[in-house]
Amino acid sequence: MNYISLTPLDLAIAACLVIALAATSFYLKLTIGKQLLIVAIRATIQLLLIGLVLKTLFSSSNLWLLMFVASVMLIVASREVLARQKHKFHGWWAINISASSLFVSSFSITLIALVVIIGNQPWYSPQYAIPFLGMLLGNTMSAVALSLDRLSDTVWREREVIEQRLLSGETASQALNTIRNASIRAGMLPIINALATAGVVNLPGMMTGQILAGSPPLEAVKYQILILFLIAASNGLGILIALFIASRRLFDQRQRLRLDRIKT
Amino acid sequence: MAQLAIESLSTHHVGPISLTIDEGQCAAILGQSGSGKTLMLRAIADLDPHKGDVFLDGKPSDRFQPPQWHKEVGLLCAKPLWWHDTVGEHFTLANDPQMEHCLSQWLSQLNLVNDIMSWPIQRLSTGEQQRLALLRLLMNQPKVLLLDEPSASLDEKNTDRVEVLIKQYQRERQTAILWITHDIKQAQRVADHIYNLEQGSLTLT
Repeated sequence: MNYISLTPLDLAIAACLVIALAATSFYLKLTIGKQLLIVAIRATIQLLLIGLVLKTLFSSSNLWLLMFVASVMLIVASREVLARQKHKFHGWWAINISASSLFVSSFSITLIALVVIIGNQPWYSPQYAIPFLGMLLGNTMSAVALSLDRLSDTVWREREVIEQRLLSGETASQALNTIRNASIRAGMLPIINALATAGVVNLPGMMTGQILAGSPPLEAVKYQILILFLIAASNGLGILIALFIASRRLFDQRQRLRLDRIKT
Repeated sequence: MAQLAIESLSTHHVGPISLTIDEGQCAAILGQSGSGKTLMLRAIADLDPHKGDVFLDGKPSDRFQPPQWHKEVGLLCAKPLWWHDTVGEHFTLANDPQMEHCLSQWLSQLNLVNDIMSWPIQRLSTGEQQRLALLRLLMNQPKVLLLDEPSASLDEKNTDRVEVLIKQYQRERQTAILWITHDIKQAQRVADHIYNLEQGSLTLT
């Protein structure tokens, strides 16, 4: 494969654009300039570090090392889900919900992709395992965060409606049904949009990356279709698991709405 | 026989409260705002965690499935809320001709047009919402009524209509009623016993 290697100067030029954007934000008092600079620096450090980790990982093909990296990715993703919620559950439940939904969805779909679809030897070859897990985990993290935030925020605002539905003789599940469905839609919307506009409005990042790295476009397209379908499956599964656990936790055994279990 | 029995009920800063209401009897509860009247009703309706027991016809609340308890011991909230688009969607008639007949009769008793069932919720006035919320509750045919200021936003005529309908329902079905009101004259009109809730404890006046 032939590709044009980027020099530090190339990256510095791109960085100047972000700095210019931050400067504009300061000038217009948009209050996102500082945050933009911090996350840009954070992204650079994180990506450089993962580059080094991947370099080591690719040269060793060690399952234990792969599991360690995957665990770190899971912990960070779970924390990100938490950070994006306005009303979090108290105690361990908050991290439990995000970690278990991300683990079951992203890890199982990655496993299916590696063993059944890719069929590489060994199946845990980091060159495939890490990018697949990374893309699935990253996307599912956003989807689960959106859904959980929508659920807890709407339940908080509409607590009186939910209670009056309970009083009218509905079960907790019936009383929560409309909100749960809206939360599922909120979480699934980004991937539905991505599927609807893939190749027409936006050229997905992975495909673009492969083409830039010299892959034939049709090969890149096949991988992109695969990854989009896997992301959709993982998002759906993650959201369903997260909302199932969260919905159960919002009510007690007597089907009372327990808002004391989430933070104000 | 005591239809509703409350034993050492306490929730938040209210209680412990013990009270029994016999079949066909009505107890009114007076008390200043913030004295815990609504909290007490919420605990009886099993909406909030609480200590103590509540019995319906001698059977404790935790022996009922929660939706069944809410249907049998019906709580009418002071501020009625709606979750479907139209009024009619909140009334599950389940093709019961008897209940359909009751509903149409109750609508005219409360000076509401039959057509109101097809109205969008936004079209309802506060007073109409309060009267419809009462009917929504009665359609479950509760054995006990917990009423949190059921006529708070009604004019005099509609207050009369609501009182007459509740008393009629009570007579016909021998319902026990716990009625919260700020209006001592209303309490005297509707209740067999009047209680005062002060600093979390209940006293008979």
